[in-house]
Amino acid sequence: MSDARHCTAGEWVEVERVLLEPADRASNLPPETANKPLLTWVKGFAQSEADLGEDLTVETMTGRRVTGQLSAINPGYFHTFGRPIPELTHVGADLRARLDAYRAGGE
Amino acid sequence: MVRALGMDYAEFERTPIAFDYEAMMSAHGYSLDDIVGIQTAGGVGHTPLLELKNLTDLVRSMSAPGMGARIFVKDEAANMAGSFKDRRASVSIHAAKAKGYAGVITATSGNYGAAVSSQAARNNLKCIICQEAFDSRHVGQPEIIEKSRICEAFGAEVVQMTVGPELFSHMLELLDETGYFAASLYSSFGVSGIETLGLEIAEEMLSVTGEYPTAVVITHAGGGNTTGTARGLKRGGATETQIVSASVDLSGLHMASDDDFNRKSFTTGHTGFGVPFATWPDRADVPRNAARSLRYMDRYLTVTQGEVFYVTEAMCKLEGLERGPSGNTAMTAALSLARELPRDATVVVQETEYTGAGKHHWAQLNFAKEQGVEVRAGDPRENKPGTTIVIPERPEQIQAVDFDIAHMRASYVRNVLKHAPEGYEPTPEDVAFLAADTNTDEATVNDTIARLRKA
Repeated sequence: MSDARHCTAGEWVEVERVLLEPADRASNLPPETANKPLLTWVKGFAQSEADLGEDLTVETMTGRRVTGQLSAINPGYFHTFGRPIPELTHVGADLRARLDAYRAGGE
Repeated sequence: MVRALGMDYAEFERTPIAFDYEAMMSAHGYSLDDIVGIQTAGGVGHTPLLELKNLTDLVRSMSAPGMGARIFVKDEAANMAGSFKDRRASVSIHAAKAKGYAGVITATSGNYGAAVSSQAARNNLKCIICQEAFDSRHVGQPEIIEKSRICEAFGAEVVQMTVGPELFSHMLELLDETGYFAASLYSSFGVSGIETLGLEIAEEMLSVTGEYPTAVVITHAGGGNTTGTARGLKRGGATETQIVSASVDLSGLHMASDDDFNRKSFTTGHTGFGVPFATWPDRADVPRNAARSLRYMDRYLTVTQGEVFYVTEAMCKLEGLERGPSGNTAMTAALSLARELPRDATVVVQETEYTGAGKHHWAQLNFAKEQGVEVRAGDPRENKPGTTIVIPERPEQIQAVDFDIAHMRASYVRNVLKHAPEGYEPTPEDVAFLAADTNTDEATVNDTIARLRKA
């Protein structure tokens, strides 16, 4: 994520907004969901300069104008594969050995 | 919604319960040949059918003498945007373009978003994808974060939201605001698009083995995959092929829970969608759901989270096939099913999905550990969704469990009666409709209604 705390007009940014306060949410929700606001994040081009947390209007990829609080500037993607899973690292060797034994058995 | 779907569902309604399903399915006017043409032009379909000889021998190594069916997979990851969902998106996007819409909107956290975004880009349509992406801490499963990324890579506007069914009302607001086409997962456009997958399997298996497949195993969530594939198999002549749906067992986790959201370790193909959509399909974002899995399902198998991750790793190591975990749900059930069938039987797993950073079994397991879910080796029967993921120690431990399909059919009938006007008495036309919709007969439906009335 960019460390910038201030965006200029035209930058690619993300805004956050509250769609529904807890009191306005659907009636059949479990309590841990019902007591939280429904939040949304949308990315677009900043229509003015702003600091993080300030109100800002963006123009999205479809040309919609959405106003929310500036939540990220040039937000990135940092998902990975992570480390191999120890409970799975033996699987390949185990199954190869099993196949070899089965095929050596003349099947 | 009539404007957003370009179709008036009222014309298919027959009674407060029954509607004309086949009339709805054909109302878009596209023949199966038309759909094949649309998909071929769109870079969709004609995916490789692979025989998995190493996995087949692995199954035979642990089967009774003479048992162990041949296993095949349709490598749907080879589609434009990496999954069978391209088939579903292609027809909707073609229709939206033909009807003159400026853009499309759909609600999905799955591969369907990538499919719609990709097809919209090719067809010069604007595209909005509404995703349930984060819990209230702004934390999301890596698999969903990857799907946000890929939709944005194809130029879509992604509206990311926290947990809650109100996502669908927000989608309706966006449809009103933009006048775009509703590329619903559950419209007849989408489900018809999957029929080509069943058709290809019927034709290719006939060509490769000389016979239609004994069983086709289908990863099951909202029901479109089961419905479309089964319809396509029948249209391709494979009327005797057993239709086996398969889901990851997520029992105990609440689908609208902010706490459970990041403890599922699967984003789709699970019972959290599979059971409610089978037993009440018309809960969907269209007036009548085209995905009606109980019409076609012969068996419904569940597998555990740990079993699917084990099989995903096994596919990499034994078949050189690295694919996304959710799509391997059916493969896991197929390894179990193949042990019950003779060696000359064939089992086709009808999809794979793309993999990559985030959308990978290692990423999902590492994330589970970060969320406090225990991951350990052991007996998969001890797997407890949201608490413990148990990776099998040996392939013999992979054992799919039959879900009680008779119970699901009865639940569906109960839901239908519950949603009918108060005091409404089902007519013979309703009973005939329910028999077709549950793949049973009128006597069974009448029995079910009588039992429900007594209870």
